Amino acid sequence: MQFMLLFSRQGKLRLQKWYVPLSDKEKKKITRELVQTVLARKPKMCSFLEWRDLKIVYKRYASLYFCCAIEDQDNELITLEIIHRYVELLDKYFGSVCELDIIFNFEKAYFILDEFLLGGEVQETSKKNVLKAIEQADLLQESQNEDWGATS
Amino acid sequence: MALKMVKGSIDRMFDKNLQDLVRGIRNHKEDEAKYISQCIDEIKQELKQDNIAVKANAVCKLTYLQMLGYDISWAAFNIIEVMSASKFTFKRIGYLAASQCFHEGTDVIMLTTNQIRKDLSSPNQYDTGVALTGLSCFVTPDLARDLANDIMTLMSHTKPYIRKKAVLIMYKVFLKYPESLRPAFPRLKEKLEDPDPGVQSAAVNVICELARRNPKNYLSLAPLFFKLMTSSTNNWVLIKIIKLFGALTPLEPRLGKKLIEPLTNLIHSTSAMSLLYECVNTVIAVLISLSSGMPNHSASIQLCVQKLRILIEDSDQNLKYLGLLAMSKILKTHPKSVQSHKDLILQCLDDKDESIRLRALDLLYGMVSKKNLMEIVKKLMIHVDKAEGTTYRDELLTKIIDICSQSNYQYITNFEWYISILVELTRLEGTRHGHLIAAQMLDVAIRVKAIRKFAVSQMAMLLDNAHLIASNTQRNGICEVLYAAAWICGEFSEHLEEANQTLEAMLRPKVTTLPGHIQAVYVQNMVKLYASILQQKEQAGEKEAAQEITQLMIERLPQFVQSADLEVQERASCILQLIKYIQKLQVKEVPVAEEVIALFAGELNPVAPKAQKKVPVPEGLDLDAWINEPPSDSESEDEKPKTIFHDEEQRHSKPRHPEMDEEELARRREARKQEQANNPFYIKSSPSPQKRYQDTPGVEHIPVVQIDLSVPLKVPGMPMSDQYVKLEEERRHKQKLEKDKKKKKQKKEKRGKHHRHNSLHTESEEDIAPAHHVDIITEEMPENALPSDEDDKDPNDPYKALDIDLDKPLADSEKLPVQRHRNAEALKTPESEVPPVEKKSKKPKKKEKKHKEKEKDKGKKKEKEKKVVEEEEEEKKEEDLDFWLSTAPPPGSAAQPQSGPQTSAAVASEPEGVKKEEREEQQEEEEEDEGKKSSKHKKKKHKKEKEEKSKDKKKSKKKHHHSEEEMAESVQNGTLDDEPLPPMSSYRLLAENPYIKTTYDIQGNLQNDSQVTVSVIFENKSTSFLKSMELNVLDSLNTKMLRPEGSSVHDGIPVPFQLPPGISNEAQFVFTLQSIVMAQKLKGTLSFIVKNDEGSTHEKLDFKLHFSCASYLITTPCYSDAFAKLLESGDLHMSSIKVDGISISFQHLLAKICFHHHFSVVERVDSCASMYSRSIQGHHVCLLVKKGENSVSIDGKCSDPTLLSNLLDEMKETLSKC
Repeated sequence: MQFMLLFSRQGKLRLQKWYVPLSDKEKKKITRELVQTVLARKPKMCSFLEWRDLKIVYKRYASLYFCCAIEDQDNELITLEIIHRYVELLDKYFGSVCELDIIFNFEKAYFILDEFLLGGEVQETSKKNVLKAIEQADLLQESQNEDWGATS
Repeated sequence: MALKMVKGSIDRMFDKNLQDLVRGIRNHKEDEAKYISQCIDEIKQELKQDNIAVKANAVCKLTYLQMLGYDISWAAFNIIEVMSASKFTFKRIGYLAASQCFHEGTDVIMLTTNQIRKDLSSPNQYDTGVALTGLSCFVTPDLARDLANDIMTLMSHTKPYIRKKAVLIMYKVFLKYPESLRPAFPRLKEKLEDPDPGVQSAAVNVICELARRNPKNYLSLAPLFFKLMTSSTNNWVLIKIIKLFGALTPLEPRLGKKLIEPLTNLIHSTSAMSLLYECVNTVIAVLISLSSGMPNHSASIQLCVQKLRILIEDSDQNLKYLGLLAMSKILKTHPKSVQSHKDLILQCLDDKDESIRLRALDLLYGMVSKKNLMEIVKKLMIHVDKAEGTTYRDELLTKIIDICSQSNYQYITNFEWYISILVELTRLEGTRHGHLIAAQMLDVAIRVKAIRKFAVSQMAMLLDNAHLIASNTQRNGICEVLYAAAWICGEFSEHLEEANQTLEAMLRPKVTTLPGHIQAVYVQNMVKLYASILQQKEQAGEKEAAQEITQLMIERLPQFVQSADLEVQERASCILQLIKYIQKLQVKEVPVAEEVIALFAGELNPVAPKAQKKVPVPEGLDLDAWINEPPSDSESEDEKPKTIFHDEEQRHSKPRHPEMDEEELARRREARKQEQANNPFYIKSSPSPQKRYQDTPGVEHIPVVQIDLSVPLKVPGMPMSDQYVKLEEERRHKQKLEKDKKKKKQKKEKRGKHHRHNSLHTESEEDIAPAHHVDIITEEMPENALPSDEDDKDPNDPYKALDIDLDKPLADSEKLPVQRHRNAEALKTPESEVPPVEKKSKKPKKKEKKHKEKEKDKGKKKEKEKKVVEEEEEEKKEEDLDFWLSTAPPPGSAAQPQSGPQTSAAVASEPEGVKKEEREEQQEEEEEDEGKKSSKHKKKKHKKEKEEKSKDKKKSKKKHHHSEEEMAESVQNGTLDDEPLPPMSSYRLLAENPYIKTTYDIQGNLQNDSQVTVSVIFENKSTSFLKSMELNVLDSLNTKMLRPEGSSVHDGIPVPFQLPPGISNEAQFVFTLQSIVMAQKLKGTLSFIVKNDEGSTHEKLDFKLHFSCASYLITTPCYSDAFAKLLESGDLHMSSIKVDGISISFQHLLAKICFHHHFSVVERVDSCASMYSRSIQGHHVCLLVKKGENSVSIDGKCSDPTLLSNLLDEMKETLSKC
C-alpha cells in the first residue's frame, strides 16, 4: 500500500499515512486530487478506480471516506478488507466510532493504524492482538501519567 | 478518581491541549487561518519551556496542524527532543510527529540514529515497537545502514510482537540500503518458519514483496512457498504467496503446471472472495505463461470464467468490476471462453456505474466476431441513445468505431450497414469525435469500391440535411462529417442520382457558417459535381439546363469569394473565373464538358503506407553508386552548401565515370552501408517480411475490397442500420442454403467470380479476410534498436537495486557491520562441499543460461539430468528445483468404480466458511508465556517450542469454554479466516550434548520412490568453533545412507560447513529404502572437532534416526472426485482407530495430521473430513476423520495394510498427546 487517507464528506482531511516518501507539496497535490475525484463519484459506483499508475480503493463509512492507494498487482478486495478491519478496530477501541472521535483523538487513530499496518503491509491480522497492544501501551502511558501527575 | 481529577487540572494548566485546539479551530470557522497562526505562536512559546510534558503537548498539536496542511518542519528539532523523552507517553507522540513529517530531506534526521538505536534495544517492547513503527515511515539510506544490524538482531527477539515488526521493517531497510539484503536474507528466510504465525506472515509479506520485483532470484524458494501454500490456512498469507507464484511462473513454466491443481482446489473451496480473486488472477497468469505448451487446461480456464461470471453476476459493484477486469485478461489468450458470456457483458452496459460500463466496453472490443458484430453494435447504438453525459457517450462512439474498424474491418461483412451506422452516429449532438466518423466515412468510401454508390447516396442526404447537423456549428465537432460528405459526393459524383439537388445543397448560404476547411472542400467539390452535371446535360443535349447550372454557380460562388478564410477565398475566386470562362464558351455553344471533366480525371486510389518503398528499382540504376565523387574525408561540414550546387551541375555526368573500378565501388558501398547502419537517424530500408510486388509497380496491387452485395443498394429515406441486421441475417441464411446446394456443384464452378461469390458468403473467418486486406503502417525502429524490456524499467526504480542473487554465499565483505554472522544457505546435498567463494562470482549468468536451456527441452533433459551427475554445488541446487518441479502431483490416477458410504458425505457439499475459527486465545497465551521467559532462554526457545506447545494445550483445555465464546463472536468479522494455526515444527530432536544440538526432519522424495531426504540442523551451543563434522550411520538391510561413489559403507559423510559459536546451519542427507511399510530406526554417530583457545578436541555424539512411516508420505493434494473414485476402487485395505480425550478443536487436529503426517484435506464437512496422502512408492492413503464429543475416530484406507496400520499407530500417538 502506498498511502491511506481519511477524509470527510466535506473534503476535510482527517488522517493521512504515507508509506512512500513524498514531498509535502506532492502529498498535498495528491490529496487534493483524490479527495475531489472520490467525492465526485456516485454512491452506487464501485470502490475502485484507476488513478495515475495506481489503483485507488475507497469506502465510505458514515461521513468518512477511507481511501487507499495500491499498486497495479495488488488485490483490491484484500485492501477493502484492510479498510474494513481498520474501521472495526476504531469501532472497538472507541466504542461505535464517529468522525468526532477521530478528530479529537487523532493520535489514537494513528496508533491503532500503526499497530495494524507497518510500512504499508499488514503486520497483525488479529483484531484482538492489535487492540491488546494498544491497550497495553495506553496502560503504560496511563500509569506513567499518573506517576508524573503525582510527582509534579 | 482523585488522581484523575488531579490529572485533569494539570491538563488545564497547559495553555491549550489538543482537544482545545481542535475545538478552537471548529469555533473559528471564519478566521481559521488567523486563529491557527495565533496557536502556532503559542506553541512556539510552549516549545521554549523546559518541561517535556508541555513540549510533548505542543508537538502533538503541531502534528494535528500538519495534517491540516501547515508546515511544521521548523519544529523538527523539538520533535526529536520529544522522541527522546524517557516516558513512553511522550516518546509515542514524538515518534508519531516524526513519522508524519520527517522525510529524507529533513536534515536533523541524522541526529536520531542513536536515540532510535537506544529505543530499539529498550527493555520495554512498546518503546521498541514505537521506534520501529516510526522508523518505517522515515527511514533514510543512512539510518538504514546504521541500524540494519540492530533491526536484524530484533528479528530474533523473544517477543513475536517485536519480531514481526522487525521483519516487516527490514523491507524498508532493504529498499534504502540494498547491501543489507544478502546478509539479512538467511534470517529472513528462517522467519518463514517462525513459530508465531504473525511473524511468519510478516516474513512471507516481505519475501513476496521482494520477489515480486525481482522474481528470478527467488525461484529457489518456490518449493518452500509451495509447502506453505498447501499448509497455510491464513488467507492474508495465502494471497501473498499466490501473488508471488504469479510472478514466478513466467520464469519457470513447470512451476505453473504444478500450481494449477492446488490453485483450482482453492478456487473450488474458498469462500473468501479476495482469495478467490487472487487465485483466478494467478491461474490466468499461469495459463498465459503456459499458453504455448499446454493445450489441455481448458478446464481451468473454464473454471476461472465460471467463477468470474459469478462475480460479475453479483450485486456487489466491486465484484462486478473486478470480474470484468479479470475477464479482460483471459480474453487476450482465450477469447472463445469469454465470448460465450457475451450476454452477461452486454448486460453490464446497463449498469448504473460508469466504471463498470467502461470495463464492459473494453471487453466487447475483444469479443466481436463476424457473426456477432452487428448485434453487439446494435446494442451499443441503443446505449448511445440512452447515454447521459457526453463523456460516456463519446466513449461509446469511439468504441463502436474501434470495434468495427479493428484489423482492417475484419469483422464487417456488410459495409452498407457500417455506413448507415456512421450516418446514424452523426445525429449525436455535441460529440467531439466528428472527425473520427468523417475519417471512417472517407476510408470506407475510398477503399470499398462496391460501396461507393451507396455511400454517395447517403452522403448526399447528409449534405441535404446539413442544417440538422450544423445547427450550432462552431462548437460542434460533428460538422466534420460534412467535410467527408462533400468530398465523397464530389469525388464519386458519377454515382450521384440527383446531382443537381446536391449541388444546390452545397451552395446554400448557410454553408458559409461552416469552418473554413470544410468550406474549402465544399468549393472544390462543387466544381467536380458541376463538371459531372455539365457532362450529363451536354450528352443529353439539354443546353439550357447546362447553362442554368453554370448560372447558378456564378450566382452563388461570390459568397465564398467573400470568405474570411484564405483557402476558401482563393479557391472560390479561381473557380469563379473558370466558370465565367465556361459560360462564355457555352454562349458560343462550344461543348466544354469534356474539358471540364478532364480537370478531375483519373481515379484516386488509396496508397498503401509502404507503397513507396516497394517501387522496384529500374534496371541499370544503382542507388548505391555515387552520383559524383564523395568529398574527401578532410572536408568539413561548413563546405557542404557548396557541394550541393556542385552536385546539381554534375548530375548528368554520372555515366561519364565508368573508369571507377568495380572493386573501389564495392569498397565504398560497404563503407557507406556501415556508416548508415551506425547512424540511428538514417531510416533503413529494412527487408520487409512481406513479399515485394516486383512486377506491378503501379497502384494496381493495392488491395481494394470488392464485394458483391446481394442486398439492394437503394434504401429509401434515411436508412436505419437495423434493417441491415435483419437483411444480413436473411442473407446469411440464404447463403447457407446456397452453399449447401453449391457444395455439390462446386467442382464444376471452380473458377472466377462464382467461386469468389460463394466464398464470401461462408462464415468462416479466413474466407473473407483476403478481400479486406490493407497494409498497415508499422512504426519504424532503427535496426540496432534492442528489443529489450530495459526501456520500460525506470532507472530510478528503487526495487532495481534489490535485484541481488541470494543463493550466492556471503562474502566477508558483505556482512553487516558489528554482527558476526555466517549462516549460509541450506545445502541441499550431502555430497556437496562448500565451494570457495571466488568460484561463485560468475554464477548468476550461468544459472540463467542453464535455465533457458532447460526450459527448451525439459522432456529430454530430465532423462539426461539423472545421468549428468553433480558436478558443482550450484548445479545441484538448480537441479533441486528441477527435481521438485518435475514431480507433478498425481491426479488420482488409479480410479476405479466402487461405492463407499463415507464418500457421499464427503463429496456432498463445499466446506464453505469451514475455516472460520478463532485461535486467538491460544496465541495470546503463547505470547504471555514467551513474555515471562527471561532472555536467557532466547536461543533455546525455538527448539523448545514443542514443550511450549503442549503447555499451551493444557491451558487451552482449561479455557475451552472461553474460547468458544469468542469463536461465535468472530464469525461476524467478514470473510477472512485469518486466525492461523498454532505453531508447529516438524523438526525433532536428534541428539544433544553441551557442544552441539541437532534436530532433524525427514521428507519423502517424490521423484525417487526409494529415497528420503533427512535435513539436519546443527546448532553450536558452545563458545568454541566446531569443525570437521562427520555424520555416519549403521546401515540396515532396508535403509542405507547414500554415500558418494567409491566410499565404503563404514565411511561417514562430512558435513559441508563449520559452525562458529552460536550459529546453526542445516545439511541434508539422502537415504535409500527398500520397503517403506514399516518405521525404521538407524543408529549413528556425529563426530566433530571442537576448537577453542586451549586447543582442539575430538568429540562424538551418538544418535538414533527414527524414520516414521509418515516421513515416507508426501503431501499431495487430491480432488474430491478423484478421491471418491479411489475409495470406490476396492483395491484398498481398511483399518480404523479411535482416540479418546481429544480436546483441541477439529481444525487444529486436522492441521496436526496435515503437518506431522503429511496429509492434505480433500474435503471437510462440519466435524468430518476426508484426507489424502501418497507415499513415495505410490501407495494411496485415504483417511476419514470424524470428531465426536471428546474423541476422534479415523478410518483409513490404503493400498498396503501394514503401512496403514503403522501410520494409524503413529497418528494415535500424535493425537494422544493432544
